[in-house]
Amino acid sequence: MPNRSEFWNFLLGRLSLDSLPLHNMIVVVTFIVVATGGAALLGFITWKRQWGYLWTEWFTSVDHKKLGIMYMILATVMLFRGFADAIMMRAQQAIAFGDNMGYLPPHHYDQIFTAHGAIMIFFVAMAYIVGLMNYVMPMQIGARDVAFPFLNNFSFWLTVSGVLLFMVSLFIGDFSHAGWLGYPPVSELHQSPGPGVDYYIWGLQLSGLGTLLTGINFVVTILKMRAPGMSLMKMPMFTWTTLCTSGLIVVTFPILTATLLLLSLDRYIGTHFFTAGMGGNVMMYINLIWIWGHPEVYILILPLFGVFSEIVSTFSGKRLFGYSSMVYATVSIMILSYLVWLHHFFTMGSGADVNSFFSLTTMMISIPTGAKIFNWLFTMYRGRVRFDVPMLWTMGFLFTFTIGGMTGVMLSVAPADFLLHNSLFLIAHFHNVIIGGVVFGIFAGINYWFPKAFGFRLDPFWGKCSFWFWQIGFWFAFGPLYILGLMGVTRRLSHFTDPSLQKWFIIAAFGAFLILLGILSFVMQIYVSIRNREKYAVGHDPWGGRTLEWQTSSPPPPYNFAFVPKVHERDAWTNMKESGYQRPLQGFNDIHMPKSTATGVVLSALGFVFGFAMVWYIWWLAAVSFVALIAYAIFHTFNYNRDYHVSADEVNRFEHSGNWASDPQEARA
Amino acid sequence: MSVKRLRGMFWLFPALALGGCHLVLLDPSGDVARQQSDLMIASAVLMSLIIVPVLIAVGVIAWRYRASNKKAVYDAEWDHSTYLELIVWAAPLLIIMALGAMTWIGTHQLDPYRPLTRIAEGRSAHVKAKPLEVEVVSLKWKWLFIYPQYGIATVNELAAPVDRPIHFKLTSSDMMDSFFVPSLAGQIYTMPGMQTVLNAVINKPGDYDGFSANYSGHGFTDMRFRFHGLSAKGFDQWVAKVRASGHDLDRAAYEKLHKPSRDEPAHYYAQYASGLYDRILNRCVEPGQMCMSQMMAIDAGEAHAPRARHGADAMTAEPSSQAPAHDAAAH
Repeated sequence: MPNRSEFWNFLLGRLSLDSLPLHNMIVVVTFIVVATGGAALLGFITWKRQWGYLWTEWFTSVDHKKLGIMYMILATVMLFRGFADAIMMRAQQAIAFGDNMGYLPPHHYDQIFTAHGAIMIFFVAMAYIVGLMNYVMPMQIGARDVAFPFLNNFSFWLTVSGVLLFMVSLFIGDFSHAGWLGYPPVSELHQSPGPGVDYYIWGLQLSGLGTLLTGINFVVTILKMRAPGMSLMKMPMFTWTTLCTSGLIVVTFPILTATLLLLSLDRYIGTHFFTAGMGGNVMMYINLIWIWGHPEVYILILPLFGVFSEIVSTFSGKRLFGYSSMVYATVSIMILSYLVWLHHFFTMGSGADVNSFFSLTTMMISIPTGAKIFNWLFTMYRGRVRFDVPMLWTMGFLFTFTIGGMTGVMLSVAPADFLLHNSLFLIAHFHNVIIGGVVFGIFAGINYWFPKAFGFRLDPFWGKCSFWFWQIGFWFAFGPLYILGLMGVTRRLSHFTDPSLQKWFIIAAFGAFLILLGILSFVMQIYVSIRNREKYAVGHDPWGGRTLEWQTSSPPPPYNFAFVPKVHERDAWTNMKESGYQRPLQGFNDIHMPKSTATGVVLSALGFVFGFAMVWYIWWLAAVSFVALIAYAIFHTFNYNRDYHVSADEVNRFEHSGNWASDPQEARA
Repeated sequence: MSVKRLRGMFWLFPALALGGCHLVLLDPSGDVARQQSDLMIASAVLMSLIIVPVLIAVGVIAWRYRASNKKAVYDAEWDHSTYLELIVWAAPLLIIMALGAMTWIGTHQLDPYRPLTRIAEGRSAHVKAKPLEVEVVSLKWKWLFIYPQYGIATVNELAAPVDRPIHFKLTSSDMMDSFFVPSLAGQIYTMPGMQTVLNAVINKPGDYDGFSANYSGHGFTDMRFRFHGLSAKGFDQWVAKVRASGHDLDRAAYEKLHKPSRDEPAHYYAQYASGLYDRILNRCVEPGQMCMSQMMAIDAGEAHAPRARHGADAMTAEPSSQAPAHDAAAH
């Protein structure tokens, strides 16, 4: 607590000028860059007089499509942040040998690997998949929005407030150095008295609540709002995987919330859940966090399995091979994912029977996953495979992810894991499946659905550049880590003594540089495509799609479908095309739609203030913001002005707009 | 095919590129690590039985059915084949069954708690040869090794005679670390107030790397030690050298050692306070603290014993060394 009067301590908690990391040049420079960039962006928006537009059309919107796009933008911004952390770590490890201690002291380096892991999982991968599911799933089931549109907006802004807490930690105070899962004892108050772990806790509590609400929202949407005729076994694969992922979210995210709550009780009021003495036990935290954490991995990958299923089938011009077996595989992965958490700590001394059990359940997951790989293979078999950019990413996935799966099975063998645990081999493995599976899937999905969202395709040249830089960069960055792992090098080290290791770290740093080029190519791809949007303009069905989202215009009208489609078969849109579907151009009715609301923004802003106040022990502010949050939420329930009708005339106008321009590629498909 | 031959094959790929880099996990010097490594290699080979054909098939099928190849069969409706589905599920299932059986057996045989029955392939452990007892404490950020059979203790340096089973008991003062000598045996966590066990043996004399494999704060990077595999004679000389250092690890010295430090050089103690390891394990090194074993004994007896047994004498009583509740496996 800084040395000052009681009044100031009451007013500011433990916050003081010393909390600003002015002594750290790296942080100061980062701050200047971020502040300048941010000010330029805000100034630009003000200059263009776009605040009103952003507020009414985007921030307060409850439209699942706009929220989906905002999630994607948020995730992309956080990808830059998470990747900046990654490249700083690679640079440190490439130079910190012998007498050279590198440019990052351990205190700073430890925060960077913590931030990298937490941001990449929670705010990049999660935000991307929630964005994709948000955008695509309601249209795939022929719905006009999700079941709880306001909740969807609230979820998004909760995620944003979590992101903001993480970002603020860069410039006020510091961030957690306890690793991305915040293991005690490092994360306990005694070992980490600073605000870092508290930023981590409250950032994740806010965004975790948002994710939980999203999961509930999607489960209800899929179960209750499918178009007539779409039985569960006629749902598109992506919708199936969204259902399974949402189910996993609903069951597991409360565990994360509870675990972090217990940790914060330890830190704030001196309980002993996870401390070493007084009956506390770190093993409890590690079990709990992984009971959430392992299903989380499948929460990330399952939707992308759905994306690949859609893409393989579309670009092979063929029905998905073994649909039912794909569904059963997805569901069994979902169930098995609850039964494997202990494989993250075979080395904690659980005994042979327990370790064997979790070893075997882990291996069993590779059976349905293997079946899926085969099914994608047989979907291409007897197809007409077009290697457009989404399909390229899918091919990259099939090669990369399969190898990641193999190293995963090696790690699942408990005795082998005693050697490989915590090694760089492990790091290489999970990047192999997360980059090769999740990230490749996200880029495949972006390239696939972008034309739907904006009415023009993404530039294929820069798309291919991005793909090849990522693909080759990945192997340069993580191939050496596999080898270093086998040489017995473990993770999270900020300095090395053995000079013979250095060449491998330099290769890995080069790989990270290639991945940087991949990310820049992606940015370039977006920029070039927007500039040439006239040239890349497409109609409503540019790829020869098979599912309902390709039936409506690009971009779709706010209500998605003027008439709710009737479904007779799987691949509903292909079925409609084959049976000579003619789009109705008259006879429209008024459409009932949910209205925008500022409540999500307000509640989340209060949530952010509450989190910030808790981090800095500003108790009065925490109390005020918490009470305000609850009061405003109750106040919102009295808001009856929550819906409107799109008039038949307006629908008529939308249905005759340029968004339906015929597609030059349509003939080909 | 024996695992030995497989090891030779597996080596081909990296060995070509590496030129001199030592992949210690594939070629360890202790029997336990060697068996773990064998299982790792066997699992990779078993998996590649299915992975390699799949990778080839992905390339071949994608190329053969490329859109520009109009000669290839095109059947947009073909989406099911019971026969293929059977293969799709059975092939991974069979591999996993084989691997699962190996893993089940291996996990039990290589359980770190299980006393060694062999010291190398074809050489069983002699019943007569008593294992070397080592008590390991991970401190912030260094390693303390206590040798109760020799009455000595060392910091950041560990030694053991070749081919003699070693029985480690491990705990931690504050943080959660992971005791790992890759050449010797797989790692095991050390946790405060908890005891884990590791049985291992070193088969080749040498000077090996040891470290904490689990992140435990800012000094973690330098939390390294040397492990010497010595001949029986060499080990005796080493013990004599430690004894000659003359330092005493009494409670005061331990208090000093307990203070966080980074990159601590190796040093020796000719003697140590009796029961030091048990006091660290029971978190009662500081005078006046009640040992956890005591506390747990009181809690366990509470239902049956009268409350009068909560006496002041519990504060000073020596801790019992074998409190089962410390055993991480019991949780």
